[in-house]
Amino acid sequence: MYSNRKNIFKIDWTLVLVYIFLVGFGLANILSSSISGENISLFDFSTLYGKQFIFILASLLVIIVTLTIEVKFYERFSSIFYLVCIFFVLGLFIFGNKVNGALSWYSFNNLTIQPSEFMKAGTALAVAKFISDIQTNMKKLSDQLKLLLIIMLPIMLIILQNDTGTSIVFFSLFFVLYREGISQIYLLIVFIILSISILTIKISISTAILLSVIIILLNYLYKNKKSRSIINSSMIFLFCIIISFLTDYTYKNILKTHQRNYISVWLDLEKDPIKIKEMKRTILYNLNESEKAISSGRLTGKGYLEGTRTIGNFVPEQHSDYIFSTVGEEWGFLGSSFIIVLYIILILRIVALSELQKNHFSRIYGYSIASIIFFHFMINIGMVLGLMPTIGIPLPFLSYGGSSLIAFTLLLFIFIRLDGNRINEW
Amino acid sequence: MRKSLFPIIVFAAGIIFIIRLFYLQIYSSRNYDIYEDNAIRKVFTYPKRGYIYDRNNVLLVSNQPSYDVMIIPREVNEIDTLEFCSLLKISKEYLIDKYIKTSKYSTRIPSVFLAHLSKEDYGYLSEKIRKYKGFYIQKRNLREYNTSIGANVLGYIAEVNRKNILNDNYYLKGDIIGKQGVEMSYEKYLRGIKGTEFIQKDRFNRDIGKYKDGALDIPSISGKDLTITIDSKLQEYGETLMKNKKGAIVAIEPNSGEILSLVSSPSYNPNLLVGRERSKNYLELYKDSIYRPLIDKGLLSMFPPGSPFKILVGLTALQEEIITEKSTIYCKGYYIYGKEKRKMNCHCGGGYRNIYNAISLSCNSYFADIYRKTIDSQYNTKERFDNWSNHIKSFGLGNYLNNDLSVGKKGVIPDSEYYDRWYPDFKWGGTTTISNSIGQGEILTTPIQLANMTAAIANGGYYYTPHIIKKIDGDTIDVRFKNPIKTSIDSTHFKTMGKALYKVFKSGTGKLLNVPGIEICGKSGTTENFVKINGVKTQLSDHSIFIAYAPKENPTIAVSVLIENAGYGSLWAGRTASLMIEKYINHEISLKKMEKTVLNKSLKREYLKPYLGKPFNINE
Repeated sequence: MYSNRKNIFKIDWTLVLVYIFLVGFGLANILSSSISGENISLFDFSTLYGKQFIFILASLLVIIVTLTIEVKFYERFSSIFYLVCIFFVLGLFIFGNKVNGALSWYSFNNLTIQPSEFMKAGTALAVAKFISDIQTNMKKLSDQLKLLLIIMLPIMLIILQNDTGTSIVFFSLFFVLYREGISQIYLLIVFIILSISILTIKISISTAILLSVIIILLNYLYKNKKSRSIINSSMIFLFCIIISFLTDYTYKNILKTHQRNYISVWLDLEKDPIKIKEMKRTILYNLNESEKAISSGRLTGKGYLEGTRTIGNFVPEQHSDYIFSTVGEEWGFLGSSFIIVLYIILILRIVALSELQKNHFSRIYGYSIASIIFFHFMINIGMVLGLMPTIGIPLPFLSYGGSSLIAFTLLLFIFIRLDGNRINEW
Repeated sequence: MRKSLFPIIVFAAGIIFIIRLFYLQIYSSRNYDIYEDNAIRKVFTYPKRGYIYDRNNVLLVSNQPSYDVMIIPREVNEIDTLEFCSLLKISKEYLIDKYIKTSKYSTRIPSVFLAHLSKEDYGYLSEKIRKYKGFYIQKRNLREYNTSIGANVLGYIAEVNRKNILNDNYYLKGDIIGKQGVEMSYEKYLRGIKGTEFIQKDRFNRDIGKYKDGALDIPSISGKDLTITIDSKLQEYGETLMKNKKGAIVAIEPNSGEILSLVSSPSYNPNLLVGRERSKNYLELYKDSIYRPLIDKGLLSMFPPGSPFKILVGLTALQEEIITEKSTIYCKGYYIYGKEKRKMNCHCGGGYRNIYNAISLSCNSYFADIYRKTIDSQYNTKERFDNWSNHIKSFGLGNYLNNDLSVGKKGVIPDSEYYDRWYPDFKWGGTTTISNSIGQGEILTTPIQLANMTAAIANGGYYYTPHIIKKIDGDTIDVRFKNPIKTSIDSTHFKTMGKALYKVFKSGTGKLLNVPGIEICGKSGTTENFVKINGVKTQLSDHSIFIAYAPKENPTIAVSVLIENAGYGSLWAGRTASLMIEKYINHEISLKKMEKTVLNKSLKREYLKPYLGKPFNINE
């Protein structure tokens, strides 16, 4: 047996260094995007960067606690942690504060906490715990449904609180399920649903259905005679039709105007030049300014604290969701590509370490957080670069925000702690 | 597959993002230019406009700060309108009207609310204006004229128009440009070079400080101070003499070509075109179609020169050896010419005439005769006429003088082609064009051309291009003003002509114009002129013309005077020329009586005649 103290130095320093770099770089960019000419003092806690500095100090505390807690604790108390998170999310319905229309904040004086950020860690732990349980059989429908419940419960709650962006992140956990052996058919179903939905919105219901008929027919003809089944094919066909109509109905009647607009911008549906002009001033404004800021950075960027569009506050919410536009403007192509590479390294490193875990719980948990970080990374940068519809979620470690930073720190360092214990497992 | 799907997706996302970044940052932003960056406001800083001094270093034009009350409509709060209006000395209607107008233009961008505060008002207001949100005072530079004379010489400055902007990309809307006189012709020196400041804007278009602390700013370069050749005392005296008369006086220093005075009458006080009343005053000056004070008559008035032109006819005849100084003809008091026996009157009194007394008594017959002899030939009239025309042109007549004044006229000195066009089927000659011999007919000159011609005669055969610039601070003046231009007449003939012109003052038409102690050479002229009134060609009273230079030896001033419709040349133009010469050489006037007569002479009734709509008499 090794002593606990020695284990602390067994942590994966690559992850820690990438973490430190991203958080520090984030602070620097928050500073740049939130000042305009005044004196800089990290200890001025009325400023955004001063606050972020406190959040970093708090994260340090979280790191120390996370790394000193006994490894077994996480596995044993994961269900309780999940339930506590659910409890706090539920509590929002009574005690919550609305910010930008989303009911996702507790506030005590100046301190605001967003429990849904911690919900990610809770759900990741719960999913890991459930799948790694010896009694769980991923092929059993009842277990699959239980898993679905674990993931869908927070999603539903958060959607009810009108924070669709955050809820979408939980879908990333389906990557984990796939990795852990649910049937390929689910992947196919998700793929079909997505394709049909996009086709329906982008072109029309009839085109979507026509295309599905062709695919089903081809599939039917290519199969050997034994496994041909007309009933089966008809079921799939019916399924496609239902999905297509449902999507159309949702898009036209359930989605709110601004959500519909985001999708219409993303899929380039609007053809009326007057409406496009109008959109440029309203919902496209952020996107436009963000793209302009990034473009103006060119190869090497304008230099730290020299971004003209950053200084001029051209991009609203630049310190939080649009922080990457500051990176793009001030650090240029080289700087922003470097950050993207860092994220890829971070995510793939977590995946690689997960695969090395002998303990199922650690592996599944690692996979979960890699997926969650990836989703954030993909949606946020995709949005800032104009490749994804506008979904307001933070860029992990870089964006301004206490709940987000502390929750991601917790998420990552629990894994680092679990990984550090790899050798002791036997 | 299950293990590798996720890493593949992660990797693919990374690649797609980097490609997108490449597209945005490298491909689509190849041509970034700070001037195109709409996050940076480019503010031009205007340098001090150069001062203008006269030849004796008297400061004529400098700058004065002007203060405008600016308004940013959206920042205007509730104000005590009563107090505010009385403070600015405006009416409530003005306040409301201006607020609505500026709001329509832009609620964010500052507009001028009230232009050109007086210095006293500024001192008082600068303290109080802070109380009124959305209003502030902005400083601008205006011209300050330390003199009330020389408006036509100095010119004025005004905002650039579309044409200025199209012609020179230095100018932007709202910039100032010299519009007349020295302000115009030396604009490039006076204006300096404006600088650029880069100001960081925010997304509401508000300034939030200097970009990069001004590291990229381009400082402005001050305009250069100019010294002009005008003698402001002489100019002032000339303008005083010309009160209540239309016309021009041009005085040139013969041995340098420097313009000592360029009087255009009536003139106006240059201060009228500065400040709040500028537009109103300009319009008034512009609309005055009788006196046309904005027109520089010294440069733009074209008229037949009359008798002073006889000098050139004489010089040409001497040069072409048609006559010698001894040649004599007999004048019967008129001159008969042509097959129809047409008659040209002469006022010399009749008798034997040589070049000396023909000039001094301004004998028409003599010059008609020698003109015909110069032009007419059995064989080559055209050639001889062109030769004659070239001699005349060598005095700078019939073309632009290539000087540094903002405007000018060519005048007319006809050549054979000119008459071929007039008389395509007719063998024209000396008799056809006989009026040219006495400076009437087709000949047209401007006062500055006459002054320059006088300078050439005074110099004995050459002139320097007349110019207004004496010194440019930190720069040199154009070499073309340093090189003499020779006439095509030999210098010996100028000695002859000099004696003749001196005789004008001794015993001729100018004998009443002598200035004690100064030997003056000159020639009077009286010239018929016509205008169209309601489409009918109508003759007006004769223009009074005089050219003179002095002293006889080593002349220091050559002057031409035109007084419109003043009648006999020796009378008004002659007196004015003598007074100008005495003023310039002696600095004080001994001919007090003559001065008083000229000062009291008003031709206002004469100028009104054509506009009264009644028949009128001329040369009363």
